[in-house]
Amino acid sequence: MTVNELLKLEGFSPVVITDGEAEVKGVYIGDLLSWVMGRACEGDAWITIMSNINILAVATLSDVACIILAEGVELSEDIKTAAKDKGINIICSEKSAYDIAVALSKAL
Amino acid sequence: MSEQLLFTFDVDGDDFTSAGQASSQVKRNLRQLGISPDIIKRVSIAMYEGEINMVIHAGGGTAVVAVTEEHIEIVLKDQGPGIKDIEQAMQEGFSTAPDDVRSLGFGAGMGLPNMKRYTDYMNIESEVGVGTTITMRVNLM
Ligand SMILES: Nc1ncnc2c1ncn2[C@@H]1O[C@H](COP(=O)(O)OP(=O)(O)OP(=O)(O)O)[C@@H](O)[C@H]1O
Ligand SMILES: [Mg+2]
Repeated sequence: MTVNELLKLEGFSPVVITDGEAEVKGVYIGDLLSWVMGRACEGDAWITIMSNINILAVATLSDVACIILAEGVELSEDIKTAAKDKGINIICSEKSAYDIAVALSKAL
Repeated sequence: MSEQLLFTFDVDGDDFTSAGQASSQVKRNLRQLGISPDIIKRVSIAMYEGEINMVIHAGGGTAVVAVTEEHIEIVLKDQGPGIKDIEQAMQEGFSTAPDDVRSLGFGAGMGLPNMKRYTDYMNIESEVGVGTTITMRVNLM
Protein backbone atom coordinates (compact mmCIF):
# COMPACT_ATOMS: atom_id res chain seq x y z
CA MET A 1 0.00 0.00 0.00
CA THR A 2 1.26 3.49 -0.81
CA VAL A 3 0.79 6.59 1.34
CA ASN A 4 -1.78 7.86 -1.18
CA GLU A 5 -3.72 4.60 -0.89
CA LEU A 6 -3.60 4.84 2.89
CA LEU A 7 -5.13 8.30 2.63
CA LYS A 8 -8.16 6.82 0.86
CA LEU A 9 -9.04 4.79 3.96
CA GLU A 10 -11.79 6.26 6.10
CA GLY A 11 -10.67 8.61 8.85
CA PHE A 12 -7.27 9.68 7.55
CA SER A 13 -6.39 13.16 6.28
CA PRO A 14 -3.22 14.57 4.76
CA VAL A 15 -1.20 17.11 6.78
CA VAL A 16 1.96 17.24 4.65
CA ILE A 17 2.43 14.88 1.72
CA THR A 18 5.75 15.12 -0.11
CA ASP A 19 5.89 11.63 -1.62
CA GLY A 20 2.48 9.98 -1.85
CA GLU A 21 3.94 7.02 -3.74
CA ALA A 22 6.12 5.96 -0.79
CA GLU A 23 5.39 2.33 0.07
CA VAL A 24 3.96 1.55 3.52
CA LYS A 25 5.35 -1.83 4.52
CA GLY A 26 4.51 -2.04 8.20
CA VAL A 27 3.48 -0.17 11.32
CA TYR A 28 5.28 1.06 14.41
CA ILE A 29 3.55 2.68 17.38
CA GLY A 30 5.44 4.72 19.96
CA ASP A 31 6.00 8.11 21.51
CA LEU A 32 9.42 7.63 23.07
CA LEU A 33 11.75 8.82 20.33
CA SER A 34 14.73 6.60 21.13
CA TRP A 35 12.48 3.55 21.08
CA VAL A 36 11.22 4.56 17.68
CA MET A 37 14.76 5.04 16.39
CA GLY A 38 15.80 1.70 17.79
CA ARG A 39 12.82 -0.30 16.59
CA ALA A 40 10.92 1.28 13.69
CA CYS A 41 11.77 -0.18 10.29
CA GLU A 42 12.25 1.47 6.95
CA GLY A 43 8.85 1.91 5.29
CA ASP A 44 6.81 1.73 8.49
CA ALA A 45 3.86 4.00 9.13
CA TRP A 46 4.80 5.53 12.49
CA ILE A 47 1.80 6.19 14.72
CA THR A 48 2.39 8.72 17.50
CA ILE A 49 0.79 11.46 19.57
CA MET A 50 4.04 13.47 19.75
CA SER A 51 3.84 16.76 17.89
CA ASN A 52 7.12 18.57 18.54
CA ILE A 53 9.76 19.33 15.93
CA ASN A 54 11.96 16.40 16.96
CA ILE A 55 9.57 13.91 15.35
CA LEU A 56 10.80 15.18 11.97
CA ALA A 57 14.40 14.20 12.65
CA VAL A 58 13.28 10.83 13.99
CA ALA A 59 11.11 10.17 10.92
CA THR A 60 13.96 11.12 8.58
CA LEU A 61 16.57 9.06 10.38
CA SER A 62 14.46 5.93 10.68
CA ASP A 63 13.27 6.15 7.04
CA VAL A 64 9.61 5.62 7.92
CA ALA A 65 7.11 6.00 5.07
CA CYS A 66 4.95 8.44 7.00
CA ILE A 67 4.05 9.78 10.42
CA ILE A 68 0.44 9.25 11.48
CA LEU A 69 -0.70 11.63 14.23
CA ALA A 70 -3.32 9.87 16.31
CA GLU A 71 -6.14 11.20 18.52
CA GLY A 72 -6.56 14.38 16.48
CA VAL A 73 -3.15 15.76 17.45
CA GLU A 74 -2.29 18.89 15.47
CA LEU A 75 0.98 20.38 14.25
CA SER A 76 2.09 24.01 14.32
CA GLU A 77 2.56 25.74 10.97
CA ASP A 78 6.35 25.97 11.29
CA ILE A 79 6.61 22.23 11.86
CA LYS A 80 4.50 21.63 8.76
CA THR A 81 6.81 23.89 6.77
CA ALA A 82 9.88 22.10 8.10
CA ALA A 83 8.31 18.73 7.23
CA LYS A 84 7.79 19.90 3.65
CA ASP A 85 11.45 20.97 3.45
CA LYS A 86 12.62 17.62 4.76
CA GLY A 87 10.39 15.63 2.43
CA ILE A 88 8.35 13.93 5.13
CA ASN A 89 4.80 12.57 4.82
CA ILE A 90 2.44 13.36 7.70
CA ILE A 91 -1.14 12.13 8.05
CA CYS A 92 -3.59 12.79 10.85
CA SER A 93 -6.54 10.92 12.26
CA GLU A 94 -9.07 11.33 15.05
CA LYS A 95 -8.73 7.62 15.76
CA SER A 96 -6.70 6.15 18.61
CA ALA A 97 -3.37 4.49 17.88
CA TYR A 98 -5.08 1.12 18.35
CA ASP A 99 -7.89 1.86 15.89
CA ILE A 100 -5.39 3.17 13.35
CA ALA A 101 -3.32 0.02 13.68
CA VAL A 102 -6.42 -2.14 13.23
CA ALA A 103 -7.39 -0.22 10.09
CA LEU A 104 -3.87 -0.54 8.68
CA SER A 105 -3.69 -4.20 9.54
CA LYS A 106 -6.76 -4.83 7.39
CA ALA A 107 -5.41 -2.73 4.53
CA LEU A 108 -1.79 -3.91 4.44
CA MET B 1 45.29 4.02 4.09
CA SER B 2 45.68 7.78 4.38
CA GLU B 3 42.65 9.17 2.56
CA GLN B 4 40.23 10.60 5.09
CA LEU B 5 37.23 12.91 4.85
CA LEU B 6 36.42 15.02 7.90
CA PHE B 7 33.16 16.72 8.85
CA THR B 8 33.14 18.93 11.95
CA PHE B 9 30.12 20.38 13.74
CA ASP B 10 29.36 22.55 16.74
CA VAL B 11 26.33 21.25 18.58
CA ASP B 12 24.44 24.12 20.20
CA GLY B 13 23.41 23.34 23.76
CA ASP B 14 20.51 25.79 23.99
CA ASP B 15 18.73 25.02 20.82
CA PHE B 16 16.65 21.97 21.39
CA THR B 17 14.56 22.42 18.29
CA SER B 18 17.47 22.41 15.86
CA ALA B 19 19.18 19.43 17.50
CA GLY B 20 19.77 16.85 14.84
CA GLN B 21 21.18 19.25 12.28
CA ALA B 22 24.64 17.72 12.41
CA SER B 23 23.37 14.18 11.95
CA SER B 24 21.02 15.25 9.14
CA GLN B 25 23.94 16.95 7.38
CA VAL B 26 26.09 13.83 7.81
CA LYS B 27 23.28 11.76 6.36
CA ARG B 28 23.28 13.97 3.25
CA ASN B 29 27.07 13.90 2.96
CA LEU B 30 27.22 10.12 3.23
CA ARG B 31 24.50 9.77 0.62
CA GLN B 32 26.56 11.90 -1.77
CA LEU B 33 29.52 9.63 -1.14
CA GLY B 34 27.42 6.67 -2.25
CA ILE B 35 27.52 4.87 1.10
CA SER B 36 24.85 2.16 1.44
CA PRO B 37 21.49 3.16 3.00
CA ASP B 38 21.82 0.60 5.79
CA ILE B 39 25.17 2.03 6.91
CA ILE B 40 23.88 5.59 6.59
CA LYS B 41 20.91 4.77 8.81
CA ARG B 42 23.13 3.23 11.49
CA VAL B 43 25.60 6.13 11.46
CA SER B 44 23.00 8.87 11.45
CA ILE B 45 20.85 7.37 14.22
CA ALA B 46 23.88 6.73 16.44
CA MET B 47 25.06 10.26 15.82
CA TYR B 48 21.63 11.79 16.43
CA GLU B 49 21.33 10.00 19.76
CA GLY B 50 24.75 11.32 20.75
CA GLU B 51 23.94 14.79 19.52
CA ILE B 52 20.67 14.91 21.46
CA ASN B 53 22.45 13.64 24.57
CA MET B 54 24.97 16.47 24.33
CA VAL B 55 22.10 18.97 24.07
CA ILE B 56 20.01 17.49 26.89
CA HIS B 57 22.66 16.34 29.31
CA ALA B 58 25.79 18.38 28.57
CA GLY B 59 24.90 21.83 27.25
CA GLY B 60 26.26 21.13 23.77
CA GLY B 61 29.60 20.04 22.37
CA THR B 62 31.34 19.15 19.15
CA ALA B 63 30.96 16.34 16.68
CA VAL B 64 33.65 15.14 14.28
CA VAL B 65 32.90 12.54 11.65
CA ALA B 66 35.75 10.90 9.76
CA VAL B 67 35.17 8.73 6.72
CA THR B 68 37.98 6.41 5.70
CA GLU B 69 38.02 3.39 3.45
CA GLU B 70 37.58 1.06 6.43
CA HIS B 71 35.01 2.82 8.57
CA ILE B 72 33.04 5.88 9.54
CA GLU B 73 34.14 7.25 12.89
CA ILE B 74 32.07 9.64 15.00
CA VAL B 75 33.65 11.47 17.93
CA LEU B 76 31.32 13.43 20.19
CA LYS B 77 32.97 15.63 22.77
CA ASP B 78 31.43 17.80 25.46
CA GLN B 79 32.43 19.71 28.57
CA GLY B 80 29.26 18.75 30.42
CA PRO B 81 28.83 17.21 33.87
CA GLY B 82 30.22 13.83 32.84
CA ILE B 83 28.73 10.39 33.53
CA LYS B 84 29.28 9.02 37.03
CA ASP B 85 28.53 5.37 36.33
CA ILE B 86 28.96 4.47 32.67
CA GLU B 87 27.77 0.88 33.10
CA GLN B 88 24.52 2.12 34.63
CA ALA B 89 24.07 4.78 31.94
CA MET B 90 24.42 2.09 29.25
CA GLN B 91 21.50 0.09 30.66
CA GLU B 92 18.24 0.23 28.72
CA GLY B 93 15.78 2.41 30.61
CA PHE B 94 18.28 4.34 32.74
CA SER B 95 17.76 8.08 32.35
CA THR B 96 18.27 11.25 34.32
CA ALA B 97 16.38 13.37 31.78
CA PRO B 98 14.26 16.12 33.39
CA ASP B 99 10.46 16.18 33.03
CA ASP B 100 10.32 18.95 30.41
CA VAL B 101 12.57 16.88 28.15
CA ARG B 102 10.55 13.73 28.81
CA SER B 103 7.40 15.47 27.68
CA LEU B 104 9.07 15.89 24.27
CA GLY B 105 9.52 12.15 23.96
CA PHE B 106 13.09 11.84 25.20
CA GLY B 107 14.25 10.16 28.39
CA ALA B 108 13.46 6.55 27.60
CA GLY B 109 17.02 5.64 28.49
CA MET B 110 17.47 4.04 25.08
CA GLY B 111 19.92 6.47 23.46
CA LEU B 112 23.22 4.98 24.58
CA PRO B 113 21.96 1.38 24.03
CA ASN B 114 20.89 2.39 20.50
CA MET B 115 24.33 3.89 19.84
CA LYS B 116 25.94 0.64 20.92
CA ARG B 117 23.53 -1.47 18.89
CA TYR B 118 23.92 0.49 15.66
CA THR B 119 27.71 0.72 15.69
CA ASP B 120 30.52 -1.82 15.51
CA TYR B 121 32.63 -0.09 18.14
CA MET B 122 31.74 2.32 20.91
CA ASN B 123 33.85 3.76 23.70
CA ILE B 124 32.82 6.25 26.38
CA GLU B 125 35.38 8.30 28.24
CA SER B 126 33.90 10.46 30.93
CA GLU B 127 35.01 12.33 33.99
CA VAL B 128 32.57 13.93 36.40
CA GLY B 129 32.85 17.71 36.24
CA VAL B 130 35.09 17.60 33.16
CA GLY B 131 33.11 16.14 30.29
CA THR B 132 32.42 13.18 28.07
CA THR B 133 33.96 11.91 24.85
CA ILE B 134 32.19 9.17 22.92
CA THR B 135 33.86 7.44 19.99
CA MET B 136 31.83 5.23 17.67
CA ARG B 137 32.75 3.37 14.50
CA VAL B 138 30.73 1.70 11.80
CA ASN B 139 32.77 -0.58 9.58
CA LEU B 140 32.62 -0.17 5.82
CA MET B 141 34.38 -3.45 5.09
N1 LIG C 1 26.94 13.53 27.05
C1 LIG C 1 26.48 13.21 28.27
N2 LIG C 1 26.85 13.92 29.37
C2 LIG C 1 26.39 13.61 30.60
N3 LIG C 1 25.54 12.60 30.84
C3 LIG C 1 25.12 11.85 29.80
C4 LIG C 1 25.56 12.11 28.47
N4 LIG C 1 24.99 11.19 27.66
C5 LIG C 1 24.25 10.41 28.44
N5 LIG C 1 24.31 10.78 29.73
C6 LIG C 1 23.66 10.12 30.89
O1 LIG C 1 23.33 8.79 30.54
C7 LIG C 1 21.91 8.58 30.69
C8 LIG C 1 21.43 7.60 29.65
O2 LIG C 1 21.55 8.16 28.34
P1 LIG C 1 20.58 7.64 27.19
O3 LIG C 1 20.87 8.41 25.95
O4 LIG C 1 20.68 6.16 27.12
O5 LIG C 1 19.13 7.98 27.75
P2 LIG C 1 18.39 9.40 27.82
O6 LIG C 1 19.12 10.40 27.01
O7 LIG C 1 18.18 9.73 29.24
O8 LIG C 1 17.00 9.06 27.13
P3 LIG C 1 16.75 8.77 25.56
O9 LIG C 1 18.09 8.74 24.89
O10 LIG C 1 16.05 7.46 25.50
O11 LIG C 1 15.91 9.88 25.09
C9 LIG C 1 21.31 9.96 30.60
O12 LIG C 1 20.06 10.05 31.21
C10 LIG C 1 22.37 10.80 31.32
O13 LIG C 1 22.26 10.66 32.72
MG1 LIG D 1 19.66 9.98 25.05
